[in-house]
Amino acid sequence: MNGEPQQTDTQGKLRHFLSIEGFRREQLVQILDAAESFAMLPGRQVKKVPLLRGKIITNLFFENSTRTRTTFELAAKLLSADVINFNVNVSATSKGETLLDTLRNIEAMHSDMFVVRHHASGAAHFIAQHVAPGVSVINAGDGRHAHPTQAMLDMFTIRRHKGDFTPLRVAIVGDIQHSRVARSQIMALNILGVSEVRVVAPRTLLPADVRTLGVHVFHDLEQGIEDVDVIIMLRLQRERMDNALLPSAHEYFQLWGLTQERLQRARPDAIVMHPGPINRGVEITSEVADGPQSVILQQVSYGIAVRMAVMSMAMGNRSGDQGT
Amino acid sequence: MNTSSIHIRGGRLIDPANGIDAEKDIFITNGLVAGVGEKPGGFEAKETIDASGKIVCPGIIDLGVHLREPGEEHKGTICSEAEAAARGGITTLICMPNTRPVIDTPAVWELIRRRAKACGSARVLAIGALTKNLEGEQLAEMGALQQAGCIAVSNTRRRMGNTLVTRHAMEYARTFDLPVILCSEDPHLKADGCMHEGSVASRLGLPGIPSAAETVAVARDLALTEHTDSRSHFHTLSTGRAIEMIRQAKRGGARLSADVAIHQLFLLDTDVDGFHATCHVDPPFRTQTDRDILRQAVASGDIEVICSDHQPHEADAKTEPFPLTAPGISGLETLLPLSLKLVEDGILDLPTVIARLTWGPAQALGLPQGRLDSGRSADICIFDPDEIWTLDPEGMHSSGRNTPFAGWEFRGRVTHTLFEGRTTWRSAS
Repeated sequence: MNGEPQQTDTQGKLRHFLSIEGFRREQLVQILDAAESFAMLPGRQVKKVPLLRGKIITNLFFENSTRTRTTFELAAKLLSADVINFNVNVSATSKGETLLDTLRNIEAMHSDMFVVRHHASGAAHFIAQHVAPGVSVINAGDGRHAHPTQAMLDMFTIRRHKGDFTPLRVAIVGDIQHSRVARSQIMALNILGVSEVRVVAPRTLLPADVRTLGVHVFHDLEQGIEDVDVIIMLRLQRERMDNALLPSAHEYFQLWGLTQERLQRARPDAIVMHPGPINRGVEITSEVADGPQSVILQQVSYGIAVRMAVMSMAMGNRSGDQGT
Repeated sequence: MNTSSIHIRGGRLIDPANGIDAEKDIFITNGLVAGVGEKPGGFEAKETIDASGKIVCPGIIDLGVHLREPGEEHKGTICSEAEAAARGGITTLICMPNTRPVIDTPAVWELIRRRAKACGSARVLAIGALTKNLEGEQLAEMGALQQAGCIAVSNTRRRMGNTLVTRHAMEYARTFDLPVILCSEDPHLKADGCMHEGSVASRLGLPGIPSAAETVAVARDLALTEHTDSRSHFHTLSTGRAIEMIRQAKRGGARLSADVAIHQLFLLDTDVDGFHATCHVDPPFRTQTDRDILRQAVASGDIEVICSDHQPHEADAKTEPFPLTAPGISGLETLLPLSLKLVEDGILDLPTVIARLTWGPAQALGLPQGRLDSGRSADICIFDPDEIWTLDPEGMHSSGRNTPFAGWEFRGRVTHTLFEGRTTWRSAS
């Protein structure tokens, strides 16, 4: 069974960025290195560069997300591309238009790249399968499947603080089952060769056979973060209580909420991360979120550099292809 | 009416119901088998079919196809699918009641019956609805449906309102000795799942359907079968654990039968990897362990029937991100070819696989078809066991080209199909 979209061209250069799965270590490092060249220095603005001048990038969002869309938009503008925002949530699909029809319509307006967010797992692969040959697709989150630029900005943050990945122990805490971020992080961490990836959650928030993703499973938060170098907290959605996956936000915080006291179990120089938006008092206390070990706001600003890196790499390679 | 007389000469006749596996000729007059092995007195062939080197067997009975008419003609019509069936050596199609409107009144069945008769490519029999509009709340008029000719009842994969309704439906069907076709699946455990719950679903982030969605429902339906003495037939099982429960219930004397869709004997949850919408099927492809148990059960006879679970779709239904695609495979034209692969793979012998496609379904539902003794309807499939060919979906005759078997190489192909003594398919070669 063929027809699968290839994320890299025959020379191994980036074409689409749909999932962390399938990339080699040096390819991920290359993205991190490219992001480094764009990254803001403290207190200084990132410079606008003309790399994608004349290119049109379409943000194609089938799910509301102001924050992710804004960082993609900013990254595109800093690369001098023109940006179109297309929120399909409120227009076409409610009238029964298929995803393919929506895609064809926007393609007819001309676009060099689609940044896609969709509620169905596999949507970014689907779109990459159906776009014109010169067009790149960046997955900005599909269902529970993948959110690869988020994972890469998390890797970037970790590398900035820790340097080498190989000795690190990383704990991801919370709703792994419904999280595309966690899936992409787990894959990236394993490809980059960390010493251990742990997931910490009640059984109702873990996917089936979760160990096969390459993680160690903990149900107790204090044991799970013992001696780790990095703690990644995941957002808890309110609807998990309605679906009988958890009894209450109160109990969740009691058992899996990260407090300053519990943080002592991790290594003293451990960093605390969160893909946002955070629920203060549900998965994390304000003391920790705003504390010295938190790097949550740095993640957001690094996100722009990482997205600039991914976009410029994918587009740079496409224009090269078209020349031949 | 039909005054033709046909002599099928020189083929290897496999008729499991009569224990025949030998070179025997068949003589047909007036649409009926007039003689097997010996030419009846006064027989004069108007037509002779040279079957030398070929297998001659009863026409295949496909239990539980989705014909799409009335209501979803863009996916397939009775005639398009009956013609596709003829190419696959199938002479009896047993259609599911989930048409639009559903087969819950004799009038809907009458419409289907007439269309099928006008088309003439295959016999179409109907499974009537178990509940009104398949809503799982009120009983359908099963007595009237049976009088009109429905041979069984089913609620398809639609959910039953509660266990008490299921109990009453089974009891009421038992009043008429109507077989109940069960597609056992717990709707709450299935939830929004679209593939087998396991490591592949976890990696792809696709909502999973746990094996327990089937086993919980099979356990409940087995208990109700025992309680109501229902003539239950378990349709399209997918888990090894369910097979074990069925086997145990049979040992305990329960009157029941079971089938498996042919594609379940070949594909696994790993085949979904890469978001292959052609592998979106319900029940989902499961693990290798499940598949191996299903294969063994087909060989041992714990599963008596192999079916196609034919569900044709228009191309658009499969052109969406995986979870949004319609489940199902267009299976009429791959039912026999895949079944023959089981023989190639050494799972069972040729007479046994033919039994699962003919005499097995006939026995499960109490049908007179599926055997070739004198006086029976001349429903016959002739295939060349050595022809090697490759499946090209563009060449399929069904309106649905939704198959995960594109590009597969098969050995064995239907050369002639006779339905009531008329040739409904003859290959060019």
